Amino acid sequence: MAKPASAEQKAATADQRRIEQALEREKAARAKANLAGLWSRRDVFGRFGWAIFGAFSGITLLAAVRSAFPRVLFQPPTSFKAGLPTDFTIGEVSTKFQKDQRVWIVREAEGIYAIFAKCTHLGCTPRWLVAENKFKCPCHGSGFYKSGINFEGPAPRPLERVKVTRAEDGQLLVDKGVKYLYEKGQWDKPGAFLKV
Amino acid sequence: MTKWEELKLQVTESPVWKSIFRHGYDDTPRNRVLMVSGNVFLHLHPSKVRRHATRLRFTWCMGGITFLMFLVTVVTGVYLMFYYRPTAEYAYADMKYLEYDMPFGMLMRNMHRWAAHGMVIAVWLHMFRVFMTGSYKPPREFNWVVGVLLLVLTLLLSFTGYLLPWDQLSIWAVTVGSNMGRATPILGHEGPGHELIPGLNNVYDARAFLYGGGEIGPHTLLRFYILHCIFIPLVTSLFLAVHFWRIRRDGFSGPAL
Repeated sequence: MAKPASAEQKAATADQRRIEQALEREKAARAKANLAGLWSRRDVFGRFGWAIFGAFSGITLLAAVRSAFPRVLFQPPTSFKAGLPTDFTIGEVSTKFQKDQRVWIVREAEGIYAIFAKCTHLGCTPRWLVAENKFKCPCHGSGFYKSGINFEGPAPRPLERVKVTRAEDGQLLVDKGVKYLYEKGQWDKPGAFLKV
Repeated sequence: MTKWEELKLQVTESPVWKSIFRHGYDDTPRNRVLMVSGNVFLHLHPSKVRRHATRLRFTWCMGGITFLMFLVTVVTGVYLMFYYRPTAEYAYADMKYLEYDMPFGMLMRNMHRWAAHGMVIAVWLHMFRVFMTGSYKPPREFNWVVGVLLLVLTLLLSFTGYLLPWDQLSIWAVTVGSNMGRATPILGHEGPGHELIPGLNNVYDARAFLYGGGEIGPHTLLRFYILHCIFIPLVTSLFLAVHFWRIRRDGFSGPAL
């Protein structure tokens, strides 16, 4: 370790350093003024280097995020084919896909819609009661009309509809990944109701 | 000189010993300071701590207990990792196996569990103490922010570890917990503003980023395992180092004099 300097020595060194630094700053300012707004060679290479580094880091980060979404998933697809529109009787609710897909298909005179069979109260699967013409949840007694609108029990909002379109072969294509909520005015959207 | 002292002297005077412990053995205030500031682990700590900073009635030692709990989970967690395979076929069976068939396995698993619970409790009490004593105020506001990040990391460690037993409780608990991800603003496919990003859906949003798909599956188990055992502990260790170092830089808070 160096010998401890006296107070005067320390102050002198500090003063000296301050003067040197001020001179350096002046020199740098003069050099900058000489360039008159142009970039120096050092500026060009510096900014170029940082730009490449930034672009590389950004792309790497994007790639890392994208890699978290695999292209193939080993789980059931969200959409399924539900047969031809003529398979369904006008005015009836089909429970054909309730067990496998948790979806009801409703055929009306003007068209078809698909309802997701999950009570909006606490998520049980309601039952379609033909005699009473309503969906009834066995858990807490919520009731829904054929349209899916709630009218009794604790359910706070109507059942959700899912997307139904025509596949190329004419069959119904139901996509449970796209939901339409009545309270958000989404039942007017194209996928919520298929005109036949 | 007894035989024992002779032997001791032989060891402490050897070049190997002196290359590791440079400052010798003298228990002097100066030597203690040098020992602390010259040690790679201890140098994060101040070489001198004032008496008030260690008063239990003021600190509750909750930061220290949190760190101790962290160390316990690290050590016991490494032990558990030797017997646990994070795949859907084996995870549950391995958990049972290491609990009932490995010597000290049940002890290690329970220590891991209780230390994890203890860490969460202690970190909340630590926050509470720091808040009540006003120790978050300038110049320590940066360290408060680091502390909040560490709190979040602690909770994430707890959450990711919850899935690993791979039983009904853990799967459904994590289902409930991570379903919130669907409602993430803009990035969740059911969240407010999700229309802003076209193509967001069940398998391509914030929750799918956690799951590795649209539902909890083998992907999720592996993902949570790596987050739990590698990623979050690494980040936590980094922030812990910064946290301790900042205590040294900002100075210990103390009771009003």
